[in-house]
Amino acid sequence: MTHLHTLLSEPWPWYVAGPLIGLTVPLLLIMGNKSFGISSSLRHICAACMPANIPFLKYDWRKEAWNLFFVAGILVGGFIAGSWLPGPEPVEVHPDLAEDLAQYGITDYSKLVPSDLVSWDQVFTLRGFILMIVGGFLVGFGTRYAGGCTSGHAIMGLSTLQWPSLVAVICFMAGGFFSTHFLVPYILSL
Amino acid sequence: MEKNITHTIPQQAETTNTDFEVRSLDAMCVNESQLEHKWYHKIKYWVAGVLFGIILVKAEVISWFRIQEMFRLQSFHMYGIIGSAVVVGALSVFLIKRFKIKTIYGEDIVFHPKKFNKGQIFGGLMFGVGWALTGACPGPLFAQFGAGATAVIVTLLSAIAGTWVYAYLREKLPH
Repeated sequence: MTHLHTLLSEPWPWYVAGPLIGLTVPLLLIMGNKSFGISSSLRHICAACMPANIPFLKYDWRKEAWNLFFVAGILVGGFIAGSWLPGPEPVEVHPDLAEDLAQYGITDYSKLVPSDLVSWDQVFTLRGFILMIVGGFLVGFGTRYAGGCTSGHAIMGLSTLQWPSLVAVICFMAGGFFSTHFLVPYILSL
Repeated sequence: MEKNITHTIPQQAETTNTDFEVRSLDAMCVNESQLEHKWYHKIKYWVAGVLFGIILVKAEVISWFRIQEMFRLQSFHMYGIIGSAVVVGALSVFLIKRFKIKTIYGEDIVFHPKKFNKGQIFGGLMFGVGWALTGACPGPLFAQFGAGATAVIVTLLSAIAGTWVYAYLREKLPH
């Protein structure tokens, strides 16, 4: 048991985690014809809490409540993994990345979510504001505009061979590369 | 799966579904089960979510550093995860179609083709920019918060606000 716990606590390699994530697709389909997708939960939350007579938010979100159960589960899964299966410290990253981040004073590798960037102290700095609030806004706006996120387009969409999803995924990656190489260095130096 | 399921589920009378049109524009919102279940049937999705959340944390998909490594081409990790997930997902979908596997309630599993619109380009680029900034796509945002990064609630609320603003501006945006 202890051995198993140690094994599970180690970071899981991609060839274990990837196939497990892929199995979410048939799991949700077989459970009840549900298409794997997470960003929709944000829309259902808007529809449930603040529809404001907007046509895009006027639908019966209760029919999609499974999605809210699913994301509530993700939150609890995060808690379980964080509490009972803590990984090794410090978090291992590529030495070039660590060297680059050190220039911006990012040296805390105790957590997967770097406290130097994403924490309550940081929300009120310009850097933290852009990373968390502007970044979060773009995630919410962009995924809905695109009609899906990494789960809905990259995994579910590509698994069902949808070419519009391939277009979306290429754009996700293009946006990410642009952001990482042209915006992030500037933002981190703020 | 089981081949001997020959009975068909009585389809309920086609209810007028006014919101289907608007919901079907959204790739994820087209699940139209004709069956009514008690709320506790949804607990299984919660359990699936718990397992999924554990995977996201343990595979370090929720790590801001991992996302940076991906976009800096410093690690194969995220490409391996997404790539192998797609392979397993595609194989599963193939098997479901090939053997006409049904849901646990005996319903046919249906797939909805996604229609192309310009949102996949503009929205995709915006999400990509945001993904690299926050180091998280929507799933990991929930997992990060659960894993103890409580400040991520700010990012999550901002993402919800972003979705709301999109809904508000939707008619004016190119699609």
